[in-house]
Amino acid sequence: MAHFEKPAEGSWTEHYPELGTGPVSYDDSITPEFYESEREAIFRKTWLNVGRVEQLPKVGSYFTKEIDAAGASIVVVRSAKDEIRSFYNICRHRGNKLVWNDYPDREVSGFCRQFTCKYHAWRYALDGECVFVQQESEFFDFDKKDWGLAPIRTEVWEGFIFVNFDPDTETSLHDYMGSIGKGIEGYPFHKLTQVHRYRAEIGANWKLFIDAFAEFYHAPILHGGQYEPEERAKMGDVGYEAIQYAFDGPHASISSWGVIAPPKDPSMVKPIERKLRSGLFGPWDAPDLGMKELPPGVNPTRHRNWGIMSYVFFPNFMILIWKPNWVLTYHYWPTSHNTHVFEGTCYFAPPKNARERLAQELAVVSFKEYGLQDGNTLEATQKTLESNTPVKTFPLNDQEVVLRHLHHHARQYVAHHRAAGGQA
Amino acid sequence: MPNVLPPEFSDLEPFAAWAVHGEKARYEKRLASTMDELQEFYDAAFARIDEALAYLERFAVEDLSEEGKRLLWLYCALCTVAFPVEAWRQPRVPDSGPSSIDAVSEPLV
Repeated sequence: MAHFEKPAEGSWTEHYPELGTGPVSYDDSITPEFYESEREAIFRKTWLNVGRVEQLPKVGSYFTKEIDAAGASIVVVRSAKDEIRSFYNICRHRGNKLVWNDYPDREVSGFCRQFTCKYHAWRYALDGECVFVQQESEFFDFDKKDWGLAPIRTEVWEGFIFVNFDPDTETSLHDYMGSIGKGIEGYPFHKLTQVHRYRAEIGANWKLFIDAFAEFYHAPILHGGQYEPEERAKMGDVGYEAIQYAFDGPHASISSWGVIAPPKDPSMVKPIERKLRSGLFGPWDAPDLGMKELPPGVNPTRHRNWGIMSYVFFPNFMILIWKPNWVLTYHYWPTSHNTHVFEGTCYFAPPKNARERLAQELAVVSFKEYGLQDGNTLEATQKTLESNTPVKTFPLNDQEVVLRHLHHHARQYVAHHRAAGGQA
Repeated sequence: MPNVLPPEFSDLEPFAAWAVHGEKARYEKRLASTMDELQEFYDAAFARIDEALAYLERFAVEDLSEEGKRLLWLYCALCTVAFPVEAWRQPRVPDSGPSSIDAVSEPLV
């Protein structure tokens, strides 16, 4: 029985007829060929979130990002004009990697006045201009002004830094984020400066891990062990229903109930949660972020039992906004058709005292416990999907509509790319 | 060995080895422990949790003494071991096999 009203068509899925209701195939997730097409059609064509402005606190602050799916290492920096700029992380002289320490494949961050190549000491200003060439007079017909760093389109939305590897893209970041992005604008992300970053190497296609976080149908079952037994039984009976699903272009949002922070009845949750007044849904005592009202896209139906918003920004970026005023982001960076690097980042308001810091710790380690369950389950899924089996298509229910939508759009991007003569 | 925790928590000194800096190191200690060891630490720390929370509430994180920091780390470790003790009945997350999710940065304490 439905607890939350569905669209007039009778289901969320049928409200978006292009998605269909039939069983789906995951052949978009199991072959090197499809992944190569995705690299060209998606990861070199769309806006990708690479971090937040707080990671670049002052002029000269920088970080590097290894984006295998786009075939690029990049350096993101706050320039002398106080703009966020990005460049391919490659010296124009002989192709050396420009910014790195000790291990060339590892990401680094720091502060500098100029970028200096380790090899021949070519130097570049923070805006990419080449400002020093060792023995410049030895070069031929040479003007160092012609040899600045290769820029990448970089724009900022609500403090989130995005790059786009397509120099010809006609879509601004703001337009790309669409109505789903618009609905969150004004949320005080900049006040959530207490940051915990996690990273995992996952043996599954990047979309399959998004799938795991884009439906809560699995939560009462896979994660049931985290609840007190009575609560677990109740959840199993009720199952899961979202309050609302919304889509705009390739992006999606899910509004979910969540009465667990704080719980109606403390006996629902584990002893440590009762003591620390915290858990997976975050510290129960929400910090004051000075919001008069939530932005319209956060708890869009203004449901009293609302607990969490999940946003899937195509292709590989998720934002979760929790009712007790904290945020979790997920990034899924493909490294092959069946591997990717997962990043989970928790953002809290700075704790007022050490007790609040401890409550945040419990929320963070709870996220990790759930993530570990999800991660290993997906590695098994990837292996069985790739195995020799007659099982080729799979039914998705109405609470899995975001998965259907994600795979639909990934296929569309690849189909358009191939139709336009894309090689990969 | 000199005490590492605030004097009023001297009864927890036998568990001072759990006052570990960093979530990654705390998680590694959890995986390297038996359920008996986790239960023993959990029982001792949980028994003093009300006093510990009252102590921690008195200080901003940056104002904690060295002993206070270690008390915070010890109770962060209690968060880390609470899952095996209260939910999993084993040190490792069930069915998590070889997978890992590692802290790459966290706020300084």
